Amino acid sequence: MGALAVDKGEMSEFRGDNMIKVSKLSKIYSIGEVKTIALDNVSFQIDKGEYVAIMGPSGSGKSTLMHILGALDQPTSGQYILSGENVSKLDEDQLADIRNRKIGFVFQSYNLLPRTTTMQNVMLPMSYAGIEKEKKLETAKKYLEMVGLGNRLLHTTNQLSGGQQQRVAIARALVMNPAILLADEPTGNIASAQAEEIMSIFEKLNNQGHTIVMITHEPDIAKHAKRIIHIRDGKIEKDEKIKH
Amino acid sequence: MQDIIETIIEGFQTLTLNKMRTGLAILGIIIGIGSVITLISLGQGSQKSIEDQIQSLGSNLLTVSPARQSSGGIMGAQGGSTSLTLSDAKKIEEKLSTTLISKISPEYSSRSQVIAGRNNTNVSIIGVYPQYADIKKITMSKGVFITERDNSSISKVAVLGPTTATDLFGEIDPIGKTIKAGNQTLKVIGVTVSKGGSGFNNPDDMIYVPLTTAQKQIFGKTNLTSISIEAKSKEIMVQAQDEIGYLLLSEHKLTSPEEADFTIMSQSDLLSTVSQVTGTLTALLGGIAAISLLVGGIGIMNIMLVTVTERTREIGLRKALGAKKKTIITQFLIESILLTFIGGIFGMIFGLTASFVISKIMNLSYVISISSIALAIGVSSLIGIVFGLYPARKAANLQPIEALRYE
Repeated sequence: MGALAVDKGEMSEFRGDNMIKVSKLSKIYSIGEVKTIALDNVSFQIDKGEYVAIMGPSGSGKSTLMHILGALDQPTSGQYILSGENVSKLDEDQLADIRNRKIGFVFQSYNLLPRTTTMQNVMLPMSYAGIEKEKKLETAKKYLEMVGLGNRLLHTTNQLSGGQQQRVAIARALVMNPAILLADEPTGNIASAQAEEIMSIFEKLNNQGHTIVMITHEPDIAKHAKRIIHIRDGKIEKDEKIKH
Repeated sequence: MQDIIETIIEGFQTLTLNKMRTGLAILGIIIGIGSVITLISLGQGSQKSIEDQIQSLGSNLLTVSPARQSSGGIMGAQGGSTSLTLSDAKKIEEKLSTTLISKISPEYSSRSQVIAGRNNTNVSIIGVYPQYADIKKITMSKGVFITERDNSSISKVAVLGPTTATDLFGEIDPIGKTIKAGNQTLKVIGVTVSKGGSGFNNPDDMIYVPLTTAQKQIFGKTNLTSISIEAKSKEIMVQAQDEIGYLLLSEHKLTSPEEADFTIMSQSDLLSTVSQVTGTLTALLGGIAAISLLVGGIGIMNIMLVTVTERTREIGLRKALGAKKKTIITQFLIESILLTFIGGIFGMIFGLTASFVISKIMNLSYVISISSIALAIGVSSLIGIVFGLYPARKAANLQPIEALRYE
């Protein structure tokens, strides 16, 4: 399985359609004299349209990897290329721009603005991109309908259930039509019935061609993906394809 | 532009979420701006009142008063000089009435206890000629003013200011009644119209008698305490002041202006002196009030810092979704400016109302200056920027991961 994935990676490099290309990525935290290696020379590629789960126990470095993939943090060394752009060398405002245009975040705790309507939440990334109001309203409405919340447009976020809030977050992640959808424990705070709903939305999005990277520690959730990268002690332990 | 309007609306919504806290933060600014406006407005009002009072006496007025006299290096008491006499006044009239001056009024005034029946009061008694009423623009509400004949016959008559009349006679008509001043019994022949003055030398609280009566009968003096002179026009004021000065110097057999035993004040001299004093006072009061504005500003900074800490997760999320540093700074600056701007508007309303009420109670002129409105809007917005900048920068510099992790 692992060998297959490597083969595919090499092939896709020639085809040039890899969405994420990470090479020799390291992240070292130093607190005084003590140095902690969170990521140790990690290299992998993710192609357009893939659905990848990154799994690992806590302290494995998967959160650090997620922060770097999400352009929220910079690696100590190594290179990260996201849909043709070298992210590892950008300054703070350029990173903000990458996050805005190329990455759709789905967080464990939803991170919606409290006491604000679902529409306003979903429109937020478009406001930062300077998109005009008509377009914002239209796009936000389209994606909220897509996640099945067309009848909740003007509800404030605290009037919604956990599952509904996460669906709002997914709609928000999609409005800028990002290169990747980056989900950090997307079902961690949600009851299992609603978690299935979220997973089926992800599946649907992947079938439409969206590239999805999901960080999780739950094997049941990871199984929904088509490929699982296992991380332990800052290194890739296993890279496997899942047959459905 | 659309972004700014959206940010303003959003900021407004955020502020309404915590009404109590927002209200208290704004209150600091309301009190600050309100007290600055109130005190400046009251200062300007009292300045205007005093100026109006001085101006109501006529702008062509010159006042000659005796000055401290030095004889052989020994200084006499201020105003205690007896250098000014009726013959000085006659000389001025004789020499200058055709060219420079239109009216001249020699005066002797002093304070004395005055009794009427069971009432008594300590009041300024001033001996005058009829010209005094013309120069000082005094009109009669009852009876007549002092005449030339009263002076030549040294009549024991008196005209009362309205305040004095009330003090001595209450509601009773004082005309024809008698008052006792010194050893003399005087008959009241008139009451003047109120001029609305206050304080020292209030024209409403005065007794007018013939100059001769004041000098010879009541006080037993021969000198004058002042000579009021009205110049023919405003333009020749300085010339008149000089001519009178040189005339009096030669009358008093003095050679240089340094030795002068008198001073000549024009209305404009008095006006500028008073304006300077009240202006300084207004600035001082405004400065003290500005301290409360500063305290209000610090309150805003405090609230904004609390807000930034509380909303760390929100800031992290906004940054994760693509907000740049500038966007976050703008968002928080707009919130603090909104706080101080709203405070400024309410503070202005509060200040203008308070100064209106107080000026009515204290009987001062009510002055609304455009500068105080500009101050309310300008200064309050400026405070929002100055005290909001640090918290806003603190928010903008948060690292998105740290902010997202914050519980």
